Amino acid sequence: MILYILCFTLFLVGVYGLLTKRDLIKLILSLAIMGYAVNLFLVLFGYRSGAAYPIVTEGAAPGPMVDPLPQALVLTSIVIELGTTALLVALAIRLVEKYKTFDIHKIRRLFG
Amino acid sequence: MILPYFIAIPLLSAFLIALIAGRRDSWAILLSNVAATSLLILSVYVLAARHGETLIYEMGGWMPPLGIVLVQDALTGLMLVLVSLISLLSLIFSVSYIRHLDRSWRYYALFMLLITGMNGVIITGDLFNLFVFMEIALFSAFALVAYGGRAEEYEAAFKYAVMGALSSAIILIGIAVLYSATSTLTMAGIAEVLPEKDPKIMYWVGGLFLAGFGLKAAVIPFHAWLPDAHSSAPAPISAMLSGVLIKVPGIYVLMRVFMNVFGAPDLFMQTFLVLGTVSILIGVFLAVGQWDMKRLLAYHSISQIGYILLGMGLATPLGILGAVFHLFNHAVFKSLLFYNAGAVEVALGTRDLKRMGNLTRILPVTSLTSMVASLSISGIPPFNGFFSKLILIIAAIQAGRPGLALAAAVGSLLTLASFMKLQKYGFRGEREVKTVKATIGWGMKTAMIVLAVCCLLSSFLVMPGIREICLDPVVSVLLDPSRYIQMVMGR
Amino acid sequence: MNDPKHGMTLIVKTVTRITVWLIILYGIYLILHGHLTPGGGFGGGVIIALAFLNVLLAYGRSFTKNWLNLKFMEDIEAASATLFLFMGILGIALGGRFLTNFLGPGKPFTLFSAGHIPILNILIGVKVGMCLFLVVWVLAALRTGEGGEE
Repeated sequence: MILYILCFTLFLVGVYGLLTKRDLIKLILSLAIMGYAVNLFLVLFGYRSGAAYPIVTEGAAPGPMVDPLPQALVLTSIVIELGTTALLVALAIRLVEKYKTFDIHKIRRLFG
Repeated sequence: MILPYFIAIPLLSAFLIALIAGRRDSWAILLSNVAATSLLILSVYVLAARHGETLIYEMGGWMPPLGIVLVQDALTGLMLVLVSLISLLSLIFSVSYIRHLDRSWRYYALFMLLITGMNGVIITGDLFNLFVFMEIALFSAFALVAYGGRAEEYEAAFKYAVMGALSSAIILIGIAVLYSATSTLTMAGIAEVLPEKDPKIMYWVGGLFLAGFGLKAAVIPFHAWLPDAHSSAPAPISAMLSGVLIKVPGIYVLMRVFMNVFGAPDLFMQTFLVLGTVSILIGVFLAVGQWDMKRLLAYHSISQIGYILLGMGLATPLGILGAVFHLFNHAVFKSLLFYNAGAVEVALGTRDLKRMGNLTRILPVTSLTSMVASLSISGIPPFNGFFSKLILIIAAIQAGRPGLALAAAVGSLLTLASFMKLQKYGFRGEREVKTVKATIGWGMKTAMIVLAVCCLLSSFLVMPGIREICLDPVVSVLLDPSRYIQMVMGR
Repeated sequence: MNDPKHGMTLIVKTVTRITVWLIILYGIYLILHGHLTPGGGFGGGVIIALAFLNVLLAYGRSFTKNWLNLKFMEDIEAASATLFLFMGILGIALGGRFLTNFLGPGKPFTLFSAGHIPILNILIGVKVGMCLFLVVWVLAALRTGEGGEE
């Protein structure tokens, strides 16, 4: 249970950063922290206490294993987050080029 | 057997474009148009030949609880036709439009990835696979919003990308909770197991999904990114975003998850009603005051999404019929309006309504088609918007909610007012613009005329005879989740 | 090559020169053993990309640009993705379903087995390796225009 609470706290750290920070790079980092928390959450759901890692080796008898599916899902979602982060960084570089500032409050040519 | 080609064809053409296009865009245009045309033919064939029967396709030969299934039923067929139609016309429109920006193949490769993602979301029967395809669609959408390279476009794309990443995180939590509760990711499997579980799980997950997919659909408390992104993107991309992208990962998934997987729980249907009504009214109030043509259209997208949600929330056969019909119609006329805005932007170099005026002489096709689209969206017979709004209002009255019907009617009146403003200041009026900066290409004209004809023709979808093929199977799919489960898991 | 004006110090350059091929070899090992041990196409591809990134960091941009044929990397990235799709369509032709394993299941715990999975792993590894390197390359350059990185 304590693991889930810590995991949720990590998620809240990300949300806090997203809501309060004004720096473009810190926003991207907050999103990344949120992503990590969600991935951790997924892995935690697959965890069974006392179970082995889900790899079949030669000779060993197959015992109880942790659920491998969430791990595969996490791998996919890590790739997706990599893509999101790369895209966000590219956009942030362009924004800084155009607006000459990192402050999200000064990047306000659109109203809405 | 046809199903995987809906994903394979656009994906293959995206990679082939990257492989063989070279510096110029001629190969890219040819390939992407061929791919989109073949998708349209395939989807129309599937809709026409398979009267709402359900097709299952197991990827890699793995059966449903283990592998990923592709599911095709009436709702999927309709959505596939819609996506293919709008994307083909947007590509034809882009041929002339994007050459004003640059002549690179990248636009077309990203566009094909966008289609891949949306087709994947529509066709998959697996919740996590849906998430992955949604991300593919959204990535290409972020990049395409920023394609023009102006400062505002980067700002809008950044805002959109941050919101998209946030909502994806929320959705992923929901998927994780569902997986841990039901031990499966196939949507039909989840629907089968979920009624035996604690209903609290469904309410938590439903809340998470409502926030996540509601953000993608730009329902009113989650709408902040939409006006920026939709008004900053290049015009064919605005048409894609407003026409299909807010519907496919947004409304379609909400329909599929809340109707078919969760079995239309009453609490969420009430929430849809409230959110829909609020979206209709606030969206249209925000739209009336706008002077930027594309921003005005973008706020109207929020308002029209409200109508669809309203119909969904009623959860009566007539309400769902109206919702699905309005979804189709809104894609048609809103894409047409964004094409008009793009054509005006190319011709005059401005989107400001105060600097436009009496374009009937210099842009006859654009002003005529914009008239058709404005009449459609405001709900004037005999155009398609009239019928879907009428069905929605009748459904609301039949369901014993005259207040909601009144709200929908008021929203429709205000829509009419704001489009009278658009027509008066933009396309008619005393002020006269005489010079044109650039001519409108044949591709843009073709796309606009075809969609204007579609505005009239899609009224016939509700006629008896055609309705039994197109719309009634969709309603029965959405209202009867047990059949969906049985078809997917039954073998 | 040992131009002191570009890149990092001589120590870093020498170490990189020795290790880059080892890192690539390790990546290839992970890719080939993807069906037996943890790792596989994505992990191995990331490691290959990191080897190239080491060179980029140690020797600087101009050297890397001469050393690697970037256009060719872009091409094989797209080609490997295309080939992956062709494998899927071949599955329809030979096995009845998209991405069916048409080469048979093979024997457990042997390297050359598991049907088409090693082939798919190699294609994914090439794709990920090239793609990830090119993403960082584009981000580091970002003068020419982005959007083509997904």
